[in-house]
Amino acid sequence: MKQWIQQFAQGLRFSAAGTVTAGMNGGACWPGTLVDTEAPPPLAPVQAKVWLKGVSQTYKTQNGTPLLALDGIDLKVKPGEFLCIVGPSGCGKSTLLHLIAGLQSASTGEVLVNDEPVKGPGTDRILIFQDLGLFPWLTVRQNVEFGMKMLGLDKKERRERAGRYLRMVHLADFGDSFVHQLSGGMRQRVALARALATEPDVLLMDEPFAALDAQTRDLLHDEVERLWSETGRTIVFVTHNVREAVRLGDRVVLLTFRPGRAKKEFAIDLARPRHIEEPRVATLSGEILEDLRAELNKSLADEYSHEKVR
Amino acid sequence: MKKFARQAIFYIALVGVWQLVAYAKIWPPYLFPSPKSVLDALVSGFADHSFLIAIAVSMRRMLLGYGLSILLGGVLGFSIASSKLLEETVGGLIVSLQSLPSICWLPLAILWFGLTEKAIIFVVVMGSLLSVTISMEAARHQIPKIYSMAGRNLGASGWSLFVNVLLPASLPQLLTGLKQGWAFAWRSLISGEMIFVSLGLGQVLMMGRDLNDMSEVIAVMILIVAIGVVVDVFIFRFIENRLNERWGTGVAA
Repeated sequence: MKQWIQQFAQGLRFSAAGTVTAGMNGGACWPGTLVDTEAPPPLAPVQAKVWLKGVSQTYKTQNGTPLLALDGIDLKVKPGEFLCIVGPSGCGKSTLLHLIAGLQSASTGEVLVNDEPVKGPGTDRILIFQDLGLFPWLTVRQNVEFGMKMLGLDKKERRERAGRYLRMVHLADFGDSFVHQLSGGMRQRVALARALATEPDVLLMDEPFAALDAQTRDLLHDEVERLWSETGRTIVFVTHNVREAVRLGDRVVLLTFRPGRAKKEFAIDLARPRHIEEPRVATLSGEILEDLRAELNKSLADEYSHEKVR
Repeated sequence: MKKFARQAIFYIALVGVWQLVAYAKIWPPYLFPSPKSVLDALVSGFADHSFLIAIAVSMRRMLLGYGLSILLGGVLGFSIASSKLLEETVGGLIVSLQSLPSICWLPLAILWFGLTEKAIIFVVVMGSLLSVTISMEAARHQIPKIYSMAGRNLGASGWSLFVNVLLPASLPQLLTGLKQGWAFAWRSLISGEMIFVSLGLGQVLMMGRDLNDMSEVIAVMILIVAIGVVVDVFIFRFIENRLNERWGTGVAA
């Protein structure tokens, strides 16, 4: 398609020179020399998969006073990177993901994905919500097929791809089940398969494992890591669990408590595979946790202050 | 099974008491027919096809009127839920109109549409439209935000979001209103047919009155109830079960 447009554009340029008028056969039959000389300039290399440029977000609270949730976030996510964002509750972590997903637009600043400004939701960026948002009226397979259906893929391809991703998350036998029939960990995997099935560039995960027991969570960590290395997707993973962030991430960004600012960045250069109980993970987590604790205290102080008012 | 046995005993006893009262001849048979004569009326009504024709005519009107009110009520309820202005104005009007028995629309309907089927269908629509609208509005309000967010996130928007996410997400809530709407439509239809005569079950019932044939009147009343029960059990309960199975709700009930 892209090639055709280029050729067509060349055809128009050619005709503008007054030699030939552009016909239905487009530029396909033009002399080779012309096509060769008018090759488009190479695209500038992609600087970052996701680029938040001075992003701030303000909410109106119930009593009308504006609340600054995010303040001047500058963040670049490299292609194929596994970035974890940690911070206390109320630091705007979820807002950040919603901005990248295009479900909200930033009050100020800009969000770029593949160097294009985000204008709304798109299946190149899929968000896995904290509450998953699986559709209870659809079977597991229909849930996984949903995004592909919206993309207009035909039934055969949807079937085939859904099967592939369900196998990838070890749920091949549960395609015809309904969501409520599955355990928490299985639901997480359905959400993963549903997100991966549209083959997004960027996977956004909003505390997806917060509600799971430790064993299930450990298994899903392995699974997510495997899927990430198999598919080469860029992942932005939000959590309040520092160990989880260190276990999974290439890099951990710590956000401050309200308004959310990027306080510190930690490169995690521990070799994979890692395990959450490993001493090296624990040591590194300890360092980050110290920084996080200051923010947690602010967050708690804020909660307690509300209590006193009442 | 025990439940079924108890119900069977109850109904047998009910017919028994009826038979006894009829046998005692407190009222003359043309005022208080025996179960046997009602059964005869049912059998002969079906034998000469008059009941079948009446049922077919009535059901056709129901389907038209009810279908129309689902369509209109769905759109109206959804719009009201999506607009604060509409909610404050039209929404309030709809709630207050609900206290108006739909048969009150019949004189107007006859003036507007003449003595035609359209007048009856109008009354049926007015009977069920309001409850469908109100339940659609309530259902729209109660859809958890996450479903529409997830839908938009996966590439649905506008009409496809409505059809693929909002509508199915509101169906369990909506079903109660649809059921109520059906019941209201059914009552409105029979009342309409009783007043303004042209085939249908309501008219057969009135014919029984005109001929002083109480067995026929009671036979038609039984038919009206039976059809209501059949629709409830075979259509609405079926849909309800399917929804419960999918959503994993009402398992305990």
